[in-house]
Amino acid sequence: MELVLAAAIGVLAASGVWLLLRPRTFQLIIGLTLISYAVNLFIFSIGGLRTGADPVLQDAAGGIAQYADPLPQALVLTAIVIGFATTALFLVVLLTSRGLTGNDHVDGEDGTP
Amino acid sequence: MSNHLVIAPIVTPLLVAALQLLVGEKRRRAVLALSIASCVVLVLLAAALMQAVSADGALATVYRIGDWPARFGIVLVADRLSALMVLLTGVLALAVLPYALSRWQHRGGHFQPLLQFLLMGLNGAFLTGDLFNLFVFFEVLLAASYGLALHGSGVRRVSAGLHYIAVNLTASMLFLLGVSLIFGVTGTLNMAALAELIPHVPERTRALLHAGAAILGVAFLIKTAMWPLGFWLPRTYAAASPAVAAMFALMTKVGIYVLLRLGLLLFGDGAGPASAHFGSDWMLWGGVATVAAGTVGMLGARDLAKLAGYNVLISSGTLLGAIGLQQPAVTVGALAYLVISTLAIAAFFLLAGLLASDGDDDTDDTLSLEPYEQPGETAANESLYAQEDESRVVISAPIAMLGASFLACALLLAGLPPLSGFLAKFAMLAPMLEAGERPGALVLFTLVIVAGFGTVIAMCRAGMQIFWVEPERLFPTVRLSETVSILALLGLCLLLTVVVEAPLRYLRDTARQIHTPAAYIRQVLPAAEAPP
Repeated sequence: MELVLAAAIGVLAASGVWLLLRPRTFQLIIGLTLISYAVNLFIFSIGGLRTGADPVLQDAAGGIAQYADPLPQALVLTAIVIGFATTALFLVVLLTSRGLTGNDHVDGEDGTP
Repeated sequence: MSNHLVIAPIVTPLLVAALQLLVGEKRRRAVLALSIASCVVLVLLAAALMQAVSADGALATVYRIGDWPARFGIVLVADRLSALMVLLTGVLALAVLPYALSRWQHRGGHFQPLLQFLLMGLNGAFLTGDLFNLFVFFEVLLAASYGLALHGSGVRRVSAGLHYIAVNLTASMLFLLGVSLIFGVTGTLNMAALAELIPHVPERTRALLHAGAAILGVAFLIKTAMWPLGFWLPRTYAAASPAVAAMFALMTKVGIYVLLRLGLLLFGDGAGPASAHFGSDWMLWGGVATVAAGTVGMLGARDLAKLAGYNVLISSGTLLGAIGLQQPAVTVGALAYLVISTLAIAAFFLLAGLLASDGDDDTDDTLSLEPYEQPGETAANESLYAQEDESRVVISAPIAMLGASFLACALLLAGLPPLSGFLAKFAMLAPMLEAGERPGALVLFTLVIVAGFGTVIAMCRAGMQIFWVEPERLFPTVRLSETVSILALLGLCLLLTVVVEAPLRYLRDTARQIHTPAAYIRQVLPAAEAPP
């Protein structure tokens, strides 16, 4: 499971960085979204990967191996909400830029006169 | 009860912003009254906070949200440094507000609520004692700043804002990565608890911790606009409306604040041999590079707002280098320089907006330092100037005021006597010579002097172009509210030239406090709360 998750984070982040460096605004926002997926998965995995574990210990002596740390899950939830809001805001700016400049280049001009 | 003082600077602007949205933009007077009231209250709160933390024996005031012990819950911590930054925020906002009233706030929607949200985020970032909470407040202030940067719309602003938002979203991702790595290694995000744990991190995970801290540091360095991460800054600040740019002068200082705080708290002398002074060399040399890049950029700047933007870069770089030295005596001067340069740059942005104004409220103005007759000049403008020529006196009062303010800005930014810019720079540079064991100290010393000289050249050239070569470019009416803002900011700098003793004592105590973080840690994590 670790390998699959690590590969998924790596592929998402790599694609995201590639898209981030592209010149079109649509590629930019998809790139940012992919990177934020990768980061969210990464935060999620920080608590360790366990299936069917409780976030609250059953008893004082409870097995720490069967414990899912709830804090990274809380963090990732916050990160998702904030990422979602800023992405929506960014989309509006992209559309405004498209409307004002008439093209979708990040610099507002294509280089072609 | 007095403890609630710590959260008040965060809650007040939040409530006021919500109220302003409810009142609606139509009722301008009510919105305005709310804004002014909020800023006045913020300054008073910050002063009270300062009083509380600088009382004898008091180190910091800790506010536990939900009354959870600091190890489990989120805490807000006000110490001398936080109180100073909150006061600076309040004062800057109050001083900039009149300028925004005259015309800028009507250029787009919801200027005042956005400003209040920005204040909330700034105060929160200065007061929080928890890394993830810091992220949340950073996002609050950034979201508000996106709105403000775009305030007034227009192609130039939207295109610069697009870059600004993209860069900051990427930086936020790095922030999250760094925070989660640090959490993965240490299991806590409370700053004081982290400082306690870092000396005991096992060798095999220390590299991961350092990687996390480095990624986190890069996120802050992007906000501080360290070279080569700061190319977004001059363009964005030049494109933003002047009142907004003046507030943004403080935003790079948020990054400086966090680097100063975390650098000394987590990686100070107490962090053990493997982690002590981690990253300080990067800050020092990064600062040196930023000062150099800022100076070159400033000498090549072709319009006044860009010139101000490069001044922000120089100020950031100087501060970065100074805090990278991690010497208490240098930190005292750096804090003084932080306050003075923020106020002076804010005043300069406002002044640049005023000088560029052509009296027409509906167009965007930039003051290019090129010769005036340009092919792009419209006939309408020329006829406007032709009319003015008939009624113009040789030196009118507004132009005298603009000229005097410009001169004061130049002296403050270049750090020439007799104004407080010189005192702050001197207080920072003099101890640098004694910190001779770091080779970077002398390089930084030399470069800051060179940057000051570069500022003199650039400002002289701009001043001659504006006031002597083509004075007919200036629109000879200046509104009272705009004058009040600029004079208030410059007056504060002047006041700090005369009243030196008390502020310097406060800064000295502040530097001593952040250089000996043990007391801070004890305050946030009392021994009684230690885990069994």
